[in-house]
Amino acid sequence: MALNRGAWTGMVLASTLLAAPVPVSAQKFITVSSTTSTENSGLFKHILPIFKDKTGTEVRVVAQGTGQALDMGRRGDCDVVFVHNRNAELKMVKEGWFVNRHDVMYNDFVIVGPKSDPARVAGMKDVVAALTKISEAKAPFASRGDRSGTHSAELRLWKAAKIDPARGKGQWYRETGSGMGATLNTAAGMNAYALTDRGTWLSFKNRADLTIVVEGDKRMFNQYGIMLVNPEKHPSVKKDLGMAFVNWVVSADGQKAVADYKIGGEQLFFPNAGK
Amino acid sequence: MNEILLAVTEAGRMIARLDGALSEIVLLSLRVSLTAVILASAIGLPLGAAVGVGRFPGRQALIVALNALMGLPPVVVGLLVYLMLSRAGPLGQFGILFTPSAMVIAQTILIVPIVAALSRQVIEDAWQEYREQLRSLGASQLTSALTLLWDTRISLVTIILAGFGRAAAEVGAVMIVGGNIDGVTRVMTTAIALETSKGDLPLALGLGIILISLVLALNAGAYWVKEAAQRRYG
Amino acid sequence: MLPLVLDSVSFVVNGKALIDRISTEIGEGPRTVILGPNGAGKSVLMRLCHGLLAPTSGSIAWRGAANGRRRQAMVFQRPVMLRRSALANVAYGLKLAGFTPRECGLRAHDVLDAVGLAPVAGRPARVLSGGEQQKLALARAWALGPEVLFLDEPTANLDPGATREVESIIGQIHAGGTKIVMTTHNLGQARRLGDEILFLGQGQLVERAPIGQFFQQPASAEAAAFIKGELPWH
Repeated sequence: MALNRGAWTGMVLASTLLAAPVPVSAQKFITVSSTTSTENSGLFKHILPIFKDKTGTEVRVVAQGTGQALDMGRRGDCDVVFVHNRNAELKMVKEGWFVNRHDVMYNDFVIVGPKSDPARVAGMKDVVAALTKISEAKAPFASRGDRSGTHSAELRLWKAAKIDPARGKGQWYRETGSGMGATLNTAAGMNAYALTDRGTWLSFKNRADLTIVVEGDKRMFNQYGIMLVNPEKHPSVKKDLGMAFVNWVVSADGQKAVADYKIGGEQLFFPNAGK
Repeated sequence: MNEILLAVTEAGRMIARLDGALSEIVLLSLRVSLTAVILASAIGLPLGAAVGVGRFPGRQALIVALNALMGLPPVVVGLLVYLMLSRAGPLGQFGILFTPSAMVIAQTILIVPIVAALSRQVIEDAWQEYREQLRSLGASQLTSALTLLWDTRISLVTIILAGFGRAAAEVGAVMIVGGNIDGVTRVMTTAIALETSKGDLPLALGLGIILISLVLALNAGAYWVKEAAQRRYG
Repeated sequence: MLPLVLDSVSFVVNGKALIDRISTEIGEGPRTVILGPNGAGKSVLMRLCHGLLAPTSGSIAWRGAANGRRRQAMVFQRPVMLRRSALANVAYGLKLAGFTPRECGLRAHDVLDAVGLAPVAGRPARVLSGGEQQKLALARAWALGPEVLFLDEPTANLDPGATREVESIIGQIHAGGTKIVMTTHNLGQARRLGDEILFLGQGQLVERAPIGQFFQQPASAEAAAFIKGELPWH
């Protein structure tokens, strides 16, 4: 079979057509930076279509750790930030990076661990006491170690228990430096305890031998906030579209959408805007 | 073993029902990597030919640099491109970040050294064979470079495919500059990373099998073309 | 262009003089055969005359046009063909020489006819036999209409049948008015094809004479020994 100039030209043309640059749509959109745990919970897949139907605006979510998400807002690479680290959020609002911050919802953290429960904490209601037992038993504990909202919450709880987990680094305290899912994978793989948000846990499919061992302590409640990147710092921010999203999320309509999101019949997030 | 069997079944199911989300992801992966490899070839092939045929001071250093850059870590390229395209960076005003264009840029940067370094080797080897005859016929260095590019086209196709394989397989660069946005910048590799992080390993593996199959099919096709051309043209 | 005047030409590599102070003149008319044992410097001298190498000292000059390159051509011991048809190979040289596309086609067809390669004009050149490729190389050179044709051991790799055909073509080219300058280490071929002999030994021009005189009454001991078939040991 001859492969003349024509055949070569044909191949090049075909691959060029296939590689045609993705058309720039006229679709109006905003970029929201959020966390991997929020994205993995599936909340966005539920509420964003509702917002798009109502306003015609597409919401593009870039999911990273909380630290990265906030940093992205500071750099002006997104329009809205939607994370769960109230202290850090308020600090950055004070510094002028964000405006119009609102509480949105909360979910809770739980401690998961192996069914064999080497530290004997299953069923406890006091998270600080449970963590104390885990550290005394030197039972394996997988931490995110990635500056995320979950990681900060975990560190706050260790502090409340007056324990420095870094002492056990490399032995029973294992920092994965990754997202919630990856950390749970690691915990499942080494039969370790871990602190996780309920949302990620409910949709996590690789549980192996893990189950919820501690839940319900008020100190494990995780507050979510939404805010607009300050247009004075970054004039390129889509101020109107961004505020439309912020306002919708805290409106009765948006709050209902949040409450309606369930996994296996269970509600994940509890709206508390303006409360 | 069970996981792998689950993955194969999952992959089969997804392909059989021509899953919409899957098609979108696969098409985007192909478009991004193909565009990148075409751009990288447009830059890398002439560069490789120029260095292969030309003789100038610093040539050896350039060859060493090109060979070394073949091993550029994708995640580093992603980070550098991110910093360039970020609003806080020099090219921020174009708003390219978190679009497929940014992914194409990052992958192009990744593949250019591969295409340039490998084509340089191929063309320099051919130059050894052709040099005296081409000079005798009066070909300039530029004409010689172009003639060699056409004459070594069969080997060059292999090189271009190697570049495509590298692009299609990487996740570090496209994750950072694309943001893995659902429906916009989610490609096969970032989807696999996402499903893995969600603990849905069968789905992640299934996607992985599809990705490998695609690259395999492409390579098989190119190998067949190469063999046919070799027999035909000698 | 002719004559080509060499004035004390030397070519030194790593301290060794491959060509050692050769002064002579190559003029119009007779077929010049450069003879000598292996290592005498025949190929190097050819390349110096053709312009592929520059002398380290001394001068080589065409007493005529300032740049005579286009109207001379060279055929090497091993033919180098591009990955395209036989016809396209001939046309390539013509295009470089500045002929119009129409002229390229006409001249290429004519010359392929003349050398008996018309039936394979459309075949990829690299799948042709060794003999056919060498005839093609001759055709490519002949098509340019050169004033001088250099040939470096053109039949060293060919069987007797192909050798005969090549020698016949060389005869035709000469009959058309082209000056022939050829190297060979084959005495029989020198006798068949030469009008005058330049005998080289260890980079020096040992003897120069018309063919009859050279073979019957060699003036130097080296030439005499070479003709007798003895190898000069040093």
